[in-house]
Amino acid sequence: MFLQQLINGLTLGGVYALVALGYTMVYGILELINFAHGEIYMLGAYIGIIALGLFTAWGWTAAAPALSLLAAVAVAAVYCGAVGATVERLAYRPLRRAHRLTPLISAIGVSIVLQNVVMLTQGSADKVFPRLSDAPTTFAVAGATVSALQLWIVGISAALMGSLHLLIRKTRLGLAMRATAQDPRMASLVGVPVNRVITATFVIGSALAAVAGVMVGLYYGVVNFFIGYVAGIKAFTAAVLGGIGNVPGAMLGGVILGVLEGLGAGYLSNEYKDVIAFVILILVLIVRPTGLMGERIPDKV
Amino acid sequence: MLRVEGLRVSYGAVEAVKGLDLDVGAGEIVALIGANGAGKSTTLMAISGATAVSGGYIRFRGTAIEGRPASEIVRLGIAHVPEGRRIFKRLTVLENLQVGAYTRRDRREVEASLEGMFGYFPALRDRRGQQGGTLSGGEQQMLAIGRALMANPTLLLLDEPSLGLAPLMVERIFDIIRSIHRSGTTMLLVEQNARTALGVADRAYVVETGRIVLHGPASALLDDPKVRTAYLGEVIA
Repeated sequence: MFLQQLINGLTLGGVYALVALGYTMVYGILELINFAHGEIYMLGAYIGIIALGLFTAWGWTAAAPALSLLAAVAVAAVYCGAVGATVERLAYRPLRRAHRLTPLISAIGVSIVLQNVVMLTQGSADKVFPRLSDAPTTFAVAGATVSALQLWIVGISAALMGSLHLLIRKTRLGLAMRATAQDPRMASLVGVPVNRVITATFVIGSALAAVAGVMVGLYYGVVNFFIGYVAGIKAFTAAVLGGIGNVPGAMLGGVILGVLEGLGAGYLSNEYKDVIAFVILILVLIVRPTGLMGERIPDKV
Repeated sequence: MLRVEGLRVSYGAVEAVKGLDLDVGAGEIVALIGANGAGKSTTLMAISGATAVSGGYIRFRGTAIEGRPASEIVRLGIAHVPEGRRIFKRLTVLENLQVGAYTRRDRREVEASLEGMFGYFPALRDRRGQQGGTLSGGEQQMLAIGRALMANPTLLLLDEPSLGLAPLMVERIFDIIRSIHRSGTTMLLVEQNARTALGVADRAYVVETGRIVLHGPASALLDDPKVRTAYLGEVIA
């Protein structure tokens, strides 16, 4: 039981981490909690359904299930990356100099718009994800069962987090992102195109959330237009747990939250699963608001 | 090289710079001196594109640059060492220098600039893996100047390089500023420490409440009775 719940928890944890990264990266640069981020995840799941539906009709999923999964993930990532950049341009950039609460309200507005667009175009009923294969492959590991899909989810999450880490630490864009997060005005003085860096941050964060949306959709099998809300709060909790603004913290926070939820679902009750995230959020905010890896408030001189 | 005419900059309802004119010729060191809040830093920020200009012209080597984005102005050859140094505290020394060369694509040229810069600031080479925030005040000032040099500027804007440093460190920094100048970099220097500034500059402008009230060769200003009483703290008997 322990091992099984640990495996289930790690699967979810990787996904929470992917969504949490979007929150933490945007916060790191703009000090904005992008409340519309959960809806990007939801949108990603719907794009995944549409893409996989097409792939099934074309016979791709039967011929190459793994490649179809990767292709659906890629389509959702590109689409949501573009949506993320558009949201930033239309809803946040015009408010860059406004009071800090103003873009927050704008984010809630974006969230409502995205939910309603999906509800109106896709319907309000649950949507069933196309299955990648009729007989899912599973492996038995010391009494626990691991599905091939779980391995894919963990593998894709880990690969994306590793790539993001390299991007931030080793590339010119990563350096520009870190400089912008620390002091945007100074970054622009040395020639960093700050607006382009902010756009890139939204594209990357949104693409990661979209990937998470497709994978969770496949994992649970059904989605509806409202899943972004709870997923958003959970990923936000993961980001706060790790220390908001801290990229490795979001990865750690996501995995810890997923594992605790998995164990909670197993040992307490599946009904209480969602409560765990809220309890953790409240506890972290009371006991250690800077999170596990958080530093003091970023210096803004 | 640089010509500023009738520059106006406002912060909301407050006009910080009210029609300021100045010139910097190629190869010069020009100082802007004046009291706190006179508009010296604002002038530099307007030149480098860090703050919006509400009136007047700024020409750099024949190109109008007022109102252009800061990143474009760096590419044209103006680098700004801002007041308070503003190094990136959680980037390493080397990363601070790399981000200073952000606008440059040729890796070999950047590498050459890095070597040249380490020539002026050997201490930075030893500390290149350290986080910027762990450096002492003097080293942070060196890093701020080094970062600006990495853009390979023809004009260097220096804002209060002596601020908060011990007299010995001020002397060292100004020695280095002199040798950077000798290698062909033109400089516009803002200082509250008027004696140091006039000691290094060819010419100087005195700024009061957003306007130039006096200008001339640095040596002449050092002898000017008004400058001596107002900015050099001398009591005329």
